[in-house]
Amino acid sequence: MREPTKTEDAAFEILLVEDDPADAGLAKRALKDGKIFCRVSHVRDGVEALAFLMREGSFADAPRPDLVLLDLNMPRLDGRGVLEAMKGNDELKSIPVVILTTSDVDRDVNASYLLGANSFITKPMDMDAFFEAIRSVEEYWFRVVRLPR
Amino acid sequence: MSGLPHAPFHILLVEDDPADAGLAKRAIREGRILCDVHHAVDGVEALAYLRREGAHHAHARRPDLILLDLNMPRMDGRGVLAEVKKDPDLRGIPVVVLTTSDVQQDIEAIYQLGANSFVTKPLDLQDFFSVISGLENYWFNIVKLPK
Repeated sequence: MREPTKTEDAAFEILLVEDDPADAGLAKRALKDGKIFCRVSHVRDGVEALAFLMREGSFADAPRPDLVLLDLNMPRLDGRGVLEAMKGNDELKSIPVVILTTSDVDRDVNASYLLGANSFITKPMDMDAFFEAIRSVEEYWFRVVRLPR
Repeated sequence: MSGLPHAPFHILLVEDDPADAGLAKRAIREGRILCDVHHAVDGVEALAYLRREGAHHAHARRPDLILLDLNMPRMDGRGVLAEVKKDPDLRGIPVVVLTTSDVQQDIEAIYQLGANSFVTKPLDLQDFFSVISGLENYWFNIVKLPK
């Protein structure tokens, strides 16, 4: 990993919501391998994600994420539930949410956009393509786009 | 390139300034991804195109992506965004606000209205071309678009 070129305060905060430990580990590695310095917090389902975002319980000191990477299929509360809760909440709705899932079913894609997802990405099965996709996500959201802060 | 009937991607560019629109169209066409661009000069025209109103919009193609300026006469970008995001037929279309503004208050308000992203147009020409190519790569190579 490259040395961070920005101060701690300038780092980007990512909230990764993913129930599968292997997938989460891979995503974290890909995010950390990128050229852009970002901190990743990982939660394992939608209930934990909302607690993190609303700074409840053990998440009292959680940072406000610049970007949420959200899996769709998870136990307890799935990605659709998180998306709906976030986009219906004035405090949270401006945080960009990128759906990152193995699904490429049109129904899932369309429903996610209708619920207010900022974009939808089908995780490539191929490892190189997966790393490339994560790099592009970082590049786009942290270099091209202006984020609400 | 815009004459090709089956370019894989279609962009609706909403921009009142002719020079800015020309530049954006050039940047989009020079990109590696084949897409055609429809240019609407203000918000009223953009909504008419999206809703296929009026004879010359009857066969308007549904855009894969909307690039939306903020400050325009008749109806501005905020008005277009509000209309698009409350219309069940249009709401799924990704809207990228592309503007000279970089006021933090504008950025927050635009995300609140449901914009998919907010991009500040770089003044430097090379940076502008690289932003457009970054947009194309992200939305057309990486992202899965609604159908």
